[in-house]
Amino acid sequence: MSYTRPKFAHPALPKNKLGYTRKEYEGSLTTLCAGCGHDSIGAAIVEACWEMNIEPHKVAKLSGIGCSSKTPAYFLSNSHGFNSVHGRMPSVATGANLANKELIYLGVSGDGDTASIGMGQFVHVIRRNLNMTYIVMNNGCYGLTKGQDSATADVGSKNKQGNINMFEGIDLCALALELGATFVAQSFSGDKAQLVPLIQAAMSHPGFALINVLSPCVTFNNNVGSTKSYDYVREHVHATATLDYVPPMEEITTAYDQDETKLVKMHDGSWLQLHKLSQAWNPEDKVSTMNALQEAHKKNKILTGLLYVDESSKDLHELLETSDTPLNLLPQSALCPGQEKLDAINAKFR
Amino acid sequence: MSLNSKLNNFVVRFANVNGTGSASANHMFAKAIFRMGIPVTPKNIFPSNIQGLPTWYDVRISEKGYLGRKEGIDMMVCMNPQSMLQDIKSVSVGGYFMYDSTKVLHADFIREDIHYIGIPFTEICNKEYTDPRQRQLFKNIIYVGALSTLLNIEFGVLEGLVQDQFKGKEKLIAPNINALQLGVDYVMQNFKYPLDLQVERRDLLKDKILINGNTAAGIGAVYAGATVASWYPITPSTSLVEAYEKYAEKLRIDANGKRNFAVVQAEDELSALGMAIGANWNGARSFTATSGPGLSLMNEFLGLAYFSELPVVLVDVQRSGPSTGMPTRTQQSDLLLAAYASHGDTKHILLLPATPAECFEMMLDAFDLADQLQTPVMVLSDLDLGMNDYISSPLVFPEDRKYQKGKVLTAEDLQGMTKFGRYLDTDDDGIPYRTIPATHPTKGSFFTRGSSHDEYAVYTEDSPTYVRIVDRLTKKFETAKSMVPAPRFYSSENKSKYAMVFFGTSTYAAEEAMDILREQGLEIDALQIKAFPFSSSVNDFIEAHDQVFVIEQNRDAQMRSLLVNELEIDPKKLKKVLNYDGTPITANFIATTILSALGVQPVLKEGVVI
Ligand SMILES: Cc1ncc(C[n+]2csc(CCOP(=O)(O)OP(=O)(O)O)c2C)c(N)n1
Ligand code: SF4
Ligand SMILES: [Mg+2]
Repeated sequence: MSYTRPKFAHPALPKNKLGYTRKEYEGSLTTLCAGCGHDSIGAAIVEACWEMNIEPHKVAKLSGIGCSSKTPAYFLSNSHGFNSVHGRMPSVATGANLANKELIYLGVSGDGDTASIGMGQFVHVIRRNLNMTYIVMNNGCYGLTKGQDSATADVGSKNKQGNINMFEGIDLCALALELGATFVAQSFSGDKAQLVPLIQAAMSHPGFALINVLSPCVTFNNNVGSTKSYDYVREHVHATATLDYVPPMEEITTAYDQDETKLVKMHDGSWLQLHKLSQAWNPEDKVSTMNALQEAHKKNKILTGLLYVDESSKDLHELLETSDTPLNLLPQSALCPGQEKLDAINAKFR
Repeated sequence: MSLNSKLNNFVVRFANVNGTGSASANHMFAKAIFRMGIPVTPKNIFPSNIQGLPTWYDVRISEKGYLGRKEGIDMMVCMNPQSMLQDIKSVSVGGYFMYDSTKVLHADFIREDIHYIGIPFTEICNKEYTDPRQRQLFKNIIYVGALSTLLNIEFGVLEGLVQDQFKGKEKLIAPNINALQLGVDYVMQNFKYPLDLQVERRDLLKDKILINGNTAAGIGAVYAGATVASWYPITPSTSLVEAYEKYAEKLRIDANGKRNFAVVQAEDELSALGMAIGANWNGARSFTATSGPGLSLMNEFLGLAYFSELPVVLVDVQRSGPSTGMPTRTQQSDLLLAAYASHGDTKHILLLPATPAECFEMMLDAFDLADQLQTPVMVLSDLDLGMNDYISSPLVFPEDRKYQKGKVLTAEDLQGMTKFGRYLDTDDDGIPYRTIPATHPTKGSFFTRGSSHDEYAVYTEDSPTYVRIVDRLTKKFETAKSMVPAPRFYSSENKSKYAMVFFGTSTYAAEEAMDILREQGLEIDALQIKAFPFSSSVNDFIEAHDQVFVIEQNRDAQMRSLLVNELEIDPKKLKKVLNYDGTPITANFIATTILSALGVQPVLKEGVVI
């Protein structure tokens, strides 16, 4: 059957291979503060999905509670969305994914949503290698409840009230690596050029993909002395490499220097091209990534870009050996074994 | 009055040590009586412990078919020195006490008013077996053999059970039958048999089965089409999900050897319910099972599912609260928590099974109702029903029964629509239309949220809109009243100004209490409530009586509170009959409580214990 596409697309707007303009990937108008990092990440999600020719309705976007968790309303309005409860997006995403293995699952969370109330679910969704992209919009504070320190605030970081954070900040990327995450990346909301291919790579990855995005809260945590302010982050980011995402079927045409460039073949046939690699770091070697993170930490650098990828791992569906047909499409005839089988069961209880 | 009032009418209690392998021997005993066509109700009474503490196993045999618990032990099989003193005290006057006579009983253990049956189990085992584990295990089988002769259980039936149990491990059949025979031989050589306590073959059970509620509910979830089960281990609900998984492994493997289901052991109950909600949101039938502490944790998510109108099925196998309470004892004490779970104005659908067959059927109903009403449906079972075997009607899935998926729009439906409104009350029944993700490329998508929303699922704090939405939820709850399982009446016409209402496992004892009361000259009408919200027939029934006894197994009369609150019944009319000590309620307790409330002095006939 055929479907009529919305009529409002301006003929001059560029279209992707599906014939969609970027408009078809946008959402409703944002209600976040002007300049909030989270909106830039939303824009990068729109760009990534449009460029990748993803059918918007084949994406399920899920979130918890927070300013960050509101953003799924502001992108991909043709995708079903689920704004769940605070810190519990991973479990809802797990159930949704189990029901239909064919969709792309995009989870959006905040640092409060992930690193405090939702830490348990975050840890366990990684262990299960759920096939999803998990974006943390990390501003080191609880934006929606007016700026309290979060568990990712760095020791010594000063908040808007002038208080110095005493507690060790949680490094979500290091933690995810430790827990066996199969795709780990870090980025900055102000670096769209890096963020877009990272999101594309994460969506291509057939397992759990974390992108921890530093996303300054302009209203509550953008002061001098905060290590999550725009200025501080911009000055301290240090990319592991520049990244190009090459979709499946496309040839790699640019010549590249073996020493400076690394190619990673993704499970779905796409490629990641990493240029100008940091020394002594290999994105397919977890130990080198751990070391690179520690080194960066020592030097007060924020390492960004793709940090680690393992394309060989099995996702939850493979581990559970679920049917090829999505579970939500199985008809009653495949699910209900019928009275004859039930008679045999009854007989066993006599 | 028959010559022998104990024929097919007595209670045997086994006193064992947890973890000694007695469970399967005790089960064999109960099953033998079942196979002789006589109604039998076994009950495990066990501690929250894996090894070493006392456990008991009560077997009530009742020609009349009474399946509730009965006080008074006619035969105690004591295999646990630790609990012996207590066990001796608990034998009824004139009853029997079987014990291991390898060591002589101390004088403190002698009662003049009971009979002692000493069998040197340890000595027999030490002589027969060298391996300590065998000595332990076969001791259990030997006492079953000894009992069979004393109580007149057909030996052939026991042989048949051993053969069934060890199908595929045939080597074990002969040694087990030999152990049974050791018990038989000892009794034949040393005692007069059978005792006045004895069984005699009947044909009272026809096609009935002997099954526990958790197994029946687990099979029910398979038959209901559940494909995602997420759970966190907790007694007494664990065996329900295990049963689901076991039967799904047998019945839900596709042609490629892959599973048409997924079971995930979650990190906690919040996650377990979150997963079940996520799967239902995405169009797969999904459920979780838990007990009180888990239900407490699930509250926030229940509110989300209620307000965002998502189907989900939750089985609460209740145990004794509050808090950790008595984890291995039964109660019906989560009723209020479940009915109004979560903050804000919330109300939930509850189904209240009393039998294993109802556990099965109510799982089928629960998934249909959850999908049709787009809201959580909780099945409230309890430990007594979930973990004990009950005689039950066989499980039936009617040939023509079709899964009721409710108002779900297809791509074709959406194609013809100008604007989809997720929360529009199009049919004036309070139930809106939903869409499943990925149904249509450009139509039907919306943002599911627990925050206030309008008819188009858009966030709003507009008061009139909010009121419209929550009032529609009330209307939906009204619609539910005629969809949930109807209550069970015991006669077509009311015969008395007195009535009793009950639900779940209180039903067994209540039914027996009706007979006791009748013998005492008190006719009483009865109603088994099967669901919340209450259908109008529950209201009519209570209206039609002067005084109604509400029988339940909790301290605070929670069902009574629900009736008062929801039906605005005068509280004075509803009398409490409450048992909350963690043991299943008995008919005698119900009958005596009602009689004393009415100021009736019981007239004791011979053989009637009140
Ligand atoms: C159970 C619960 N507790 C507390 C809250 C209040 N609350 C809403 S958002 C939030 C913190 C959000 O912080 P974060 O996830 O970092 O998101 P941000 O707003 O910074 O993007 C809190 C504590 C809640 N909604 N639910
Ligand atoms: S409070 Fe902070 S996080 Fe929230 S919208 Fe405003 S800038 Fe963004
Ligand atoms: Mg935050």
